Amino acid sequence: MKKVAIVGYAQHKILPNAGALNEVELIMPVVHKVFADLGISQDDIGFTCSGSCDYLQGAAFAFVEGLSAIQTYPPIKESHVEMDAAWALYESILKVKMGDADTALIYGFGKSSPGNLDSIISLQMDPYYIAPLWPDRISLAALQAQVLLQNNIISPDDMMAAVLEARQHGASNLNALLTDLLTEDLYGSDAFKSSPLRGLDCPPISDGASAMIIASEEKAFEYTDNPIWIEGIDHRIESSNLGSRDLATSPSIESSVQHLQLKKVHFDVAELHTQFSHELPFLRKLLNLTNVPTNLSGGPLVGNVMMCAGLDAIGKTFEAMVNDQLTHGLAHATSGPCLQHNMIVHLERHS
Amino acid sequence: MSETKATLLKAPFELSYKYKRSSGPIMSQVFEGLAKKKILGSKSKANKVYAPAAEYDPHTREALTELIEVGPGGIIESWSWVHQPSNHHLIQTPFAFALIKLDGADTAMLHMISDCEKSDLAIGNRVKAVWSETPTESIADIQHFILDI
Repeated sequence: MKKVAIVGYAQHKILPNAGALNEVELIMPVVHKVFADLGISQDDIGFTCSGSCDYLQGAAFAFVEGLSAIQTYPPIKESHVEMDAAWALYESILKVKMGDADTALIYGFGKSSPGNLDSIISLQMDPYYIAPLWPDRISLAALQAQVLLQNNIISPDDMMAAVLEARQHGASNLNALLTDLLTEDLYGSDAFKSSPLRGLDCPPISDGASAMIIASEEKAFEYTDNPIWIEGIDHRIESSNLGSRDLATSPSIESSVQHLQLKKVHFDVAELHTQFSHELPFLRKLLNLTNVPTNLSGGPLVGNVMMCAGLDAIGKTFEAMVNDQLTHGLAHATSGPCLQHNMIVHLERHS
Repeated sequence: MSETKATLLKAPFELSYKYKRSSGPIMSQVFEGLAKKKILGSKSKANKVYAPAAEYDPHTREALTELIEVGPGGIIESWSWVHQPSNHHLIQTPFAFALIKLDGADTAMLHMISDCEKSDLAIGNRVKAVWSETPTESIADIQHFILDI
């Protein structure tokens, strides 16, 4: 099987409300940015894959419009996932590994500002037992937070630390949406949304887009002397029957860690798609990252573009490894309520 | 080309879903049961009871066909308190979403707990179902749960 490397990544500045800027206008600048960085064009791309959610735009096949952001004539090989663009990356890696393409462009986009994200996400749940009850995404996340607190896997202080640190890290991330620093007092006086989660434990409503380019072993060195190799990538899903899952642990992540043989890898950096404050200390513990710099971008708590934040975790890990010449990076993407579906990516830079 | 004039074809256009949706052999029994104030769970070969009934065991992948009645009481496995309900919520005063393990079941069901204070709730507390008087064969035929002290 061919090796695959990430060679480029660009992220739109995360906006609280992109207003009249439509999805195409969010995607186009980031696609042009990754192309310009590498000095290439759509003609050099063998496969294009995007990730987005039609529910956000409220129209069937809304994702097709996203293609207006790229050159599609002469005809291109193209696909889409109704998922976070981290899974568009996964599909693209398979294409390159199978030899169907030497390069791939991946992009993700989402505008959460126009609608009510809580009710929209409710509609994506199991239509028989869950969606008719209209559980909002925050209340569902709070169910897991409650279990983690009850079992002393995390503490309220861990949650506060995750929020305060996210803002500190976000201050040096030019694309972050929230960068103002918080104090313990400010956090402590913030109202609860869905106990045990306060408003500050939840990610901000965000609009944006990101793009990434991957290349096969043969092609990667044409673009860079130091490709960041996708050493391992694995994604697993747990039951859609929420009540049958053990929310105090993550069998899906544990089996990915085992499958990718990550137990003995010493990571230099990690970016986790942890949207709610309790998820960060939980996954850091589970992934043995307590002493690893994690979410230096601030992570989803300072900007959480739906269908893009997972790809951003991978992109931010890539950026940190390129800028700081790091050897091993771990990225995580998730989907579904209470970390139902998880992807683990092991990135490596050969010196 | 033929000289005969083409007949103008006409068809009515009615925007609607003209199909019947079925909940399948297992879940349709669950929903019919709910309308009769009964909660059904499904039992696996290893005697694990999924409630509400699952069609397949997510771990062993076996098809689950044996249905048994569970509840209507149970214990709270987790809860989250909605301080300010939104328009889409079914309850408009502060309430809890909860995972409730019904009596006789091994897994929990997502539902709501109402008519109580936040301080009354704790993992392990007992609750019981309150039924809708206008059932629609849906999970919402259980209106919500209340504390059972």
